[in-house]
Amino acid sequence: MALDRWIALILVGICLAYGYAAWFTMDGALAPFMKRNPIWPSTFPKVLSVIGLLTSLVILLGLEKAEPKEADIDYRRLGQYKLDQAVMLLVLMVAYALCLRPLGFIFSTGAFLILGSFILGERKWVVMAPVSLIATFVVWYLVQQVLGIYLRPLPGFLGG
Amino acid sequence: MLEGLLIGLQTALSFQNLLMVIGGCLIGTFIGMLPGLGPMSIIAIMIPVAISMGNPSAALILLAGVYYGAIFGGSTSSILLNAPGVAGTVASSFDGYPMAKQGKAGKALTIAAIASFAGGSIGALLLMIFAPALSSVALLFHSAEYFALMVVGLSAIAAFAGTGQVAKALVMTILGLIMATVGEGALFNMPRFTMGIMDLQSGFGFITLAMAMFALPEALFLVLKPKTAQAEQDSEIKDLRISRAEAKAIAPVIGRQSLQGFFIGVLPGAGATIASFLGYAVERNIATKAEQEEFGKGSIKGLAAPETANNAACTGSFVPLLTLGIPGSGTTAILLGALIALNVTPGPRLMIDEPQIFWAVIMSMFIGNLVLLVLNLPLIPYIAKVLSIPRNYLIPFILFFTLMGAYIGQNNATELLLLVGFGICATALRFADYPLAPLLIGFILGGMLEDNFSRSMQLYDGIGFIWERPMTLGLLVIAGLLVVLPSYRAHRARARAQGVADGD
Repeated sequence: MALDRWIALILVGICLAYGYAAWFTMDGALAPFMKRNPIWPSTFPKVLSVIGLLTSLVILLGLEKAEPKEADIDYRRLGQYKLDQAVMLLVLMVAYALCLRPLGFIFSTGAFLILGSFILGERKWVVMAPVSLIATFVVWYLVQQVLGIYLRPLPGFLGG
Repeated sequence: MLEGLLIGLQTALSFQNLLMVIGGCLIGTFIGMLPGLGPMSIIAIMIPVAISMGNPSAALILLAGVYYGAIFGGSTSSILLNAPGVAGTVASSFDGYPMAKQGKAGKALTIAAIASFAGGSIGALLLMIFAPALSSVALLFHSAEYFALMVVGLSAIAAFAGTGQVAKALVMTILGLIMATVGEGALFNMPRFTMGIMDLQSGFGFITLAMAMFALPEALFLVLKPKTAQAEQDSEIKDLRISRAEAKAIAPVIGRQSLQGFFIGVLPGAGATIASFLGYAVERNIATKAEQEEFGKGSIKGLAAPETANNAACTGSFVPLLTLGIPGSGTTAILLGALIALNVTPGPRLMIDEPQIFWAVIMSMFIGNLVLLVLNLPLIPYIAKVLSIPRNYLIPFILFFTLMGAYIGQNNATELLLLVGFGICATALRFADYPLAPLLIGFILGGMLEDNFSRSMQLYDGIGFIWERPMTLGLLVIAGLLVVLPSYRAHRARARAQGVADGD
C-alpha cells in the first residue's frame, strides 16, 4: 500500500475518533436549555466528521484515479537523504522549546544557531559564533526594546 | 467629491503625513518580511505609537502605510523562502517560490511589486468611487450567504487542485476545518476537543500552523536533499526587468484581479486571503491549457493574480470600516479600535462630519502605493540577497524565525512543541503528495464558516435558510458542482480513451 493510502487510513482513524467525540460524548455536558437551540456546539463537528470520513475513504479505497507523477522528493529513497541531519535539527528544536524559558533567550538562541550550523557541517567557529551571537542580540533588542514583547534574556537563576 | 479630493490631498501632502506614509511603509515592509509577523500583529504593535500622536488623520495614514508595507513584505518572504507570514500571501508562494527556485527571484519580486502597486492603486480609485454605494450592497449579504460564499471558496480550492488530487485537497480542507473547531468557539461558551489540555483552550495558533505547514517542511527538505539548495545559491539576482511579452500577459490579469479582489475585500469576513486564493483559482481556470500547466511551477500570471487581488482586497476592506463602522477583517478591526481610541467614530456620518479623515486616508493610499513601488524596486536586489546566504547559516535562521514567529504571538513554549509536531506531520503529508495549502485555508476560514452557519441556523431555526434564501441555495449548488465536475470530467475522459482503445 502506498504512503498516501496509509495516511488516508490514519485520517479515517482521526475522523472516527473526532466523530465519536462529536456524536456521542460532547452532548452530555450540554446544559438543558441549550438543547432547545437549533444549533449545538456539536452540530458543525458532526457534519465535518461525516464528510471527512467519506473523503478519506475515497482515498483509502483508491476510488479517484490519479496519474503517477514524479514527486519533488521520494520517500522510498529516504535512506539516501540526509535523514540524520534532519532528525538532529528537529531534536534541537524540541530542546530549544524546552530550554527557552529556564535558560533564557540569549543563551538558548545563541546555542541553537551555533549547534544548528554545526549539525549542518559548518566548522568555521570564527565565523559561526560571532554571527550567531550578533544575530541573537539584534533579534532580542528588536523584539524586546522596539516591539516591547518581553523575552527573558538570562537564565532564571541569574535574575533574568 | 472634487472638494473632498482637494481636502484629502491637502491633508495627505503635509510634511508630517508624508513622513508617516514613508515611515509606515518601511516599517511594514521590514517587519512583514519576517515570517510570522503579519499585518495584524504589526498594526497592533504600532497602535500605541499612532495613538500617542493624537492626530487621527496622521495615525490612520501611518497605520494604512504599515498595512500596505506588511502585505508587500509578506509576499517577499513567501517568494524567497516559501514562508508566508500572512495568510493573504500564501497564494503568492504557489508560483513565486518556484520562480525564485529557478533563479528568477528578482523578476518575481518585480512582478509582485508592480502587481501590488496596480492592485492597491486601482483599489483606492474604486474605493473613492464606490465607497458610498458599496456599503449598501454589503448589507444585503447575510450570514447565510457568507456561509455559502465560504463553502464555494473552499470547494473551488479543492476543485482546482488538479486531476487525481480533488479528494486529497478536500480531505485536507476538512482536516483544517476540524482543527479550527478545537478550543473555545465564539458562539458556544465551552471548550471543545481540547482533551483537557489547558494550552489548547484557545485553539491552535494560526501562525504556528502556517509555519508548520510551509516553512518547516521546506527547511527540512533543504536539509534532506541539499542538491536543490546548491542550485539556488548559484543563481544570481539578475534580470529584474520583465519583458514586453510578459507585461502584456499579466496586464489583463492585473486588471481583472484588481476589480475582483476589491469587491471580495468589501465583503466583511472575506478579505485578502479569500481574494488571493480565488484570484489564483480564477486565473488558472481561464488560462489556456498550456498556461495552466505552468501554474504552480513558476507562472508569472499565477504570481500576479494573488498579488494584485490581495492588495486590492486590503483596500476594499476599508469600505465597510469607513462607511459602516464594521470591520471586515482582523486588521481593520484593530484599526477600528485605534480610531475609537482617537475619538473618531467610523460610520456613515464619517464622510459628512470629518471629511478630511476619510479623504486623507484615500489619498494616502495612493501615496503609500507609490512610495512602496519607488522604495522597493531599487531595493529588490538587496532584499533578494537573502537567497545567497550559505545554506549552513540560512537553515538554522529559517528554523529560528519559524520558532520565534510561533513564540512571539502566544508567548507560550508549548506552541513551539506543537510547531515541531505539526511540522513533522506536514512533512509526511508532503511526502505522500497531499496539498497543504487547503488545510491552512480551511483552518483560517473554519471559525468564520461555523459562526455564520450557526447564526443562520439560529435565525431560521434549522437548516431552512438553505432553500429559503435563493442566493444561498445558488451558491451551494455551485459549490457542489465545483467538487463533482473535475472527477466527472476525468471519468468521461477515461471512458472515452478506453472507447478509442476498444475500437482499434
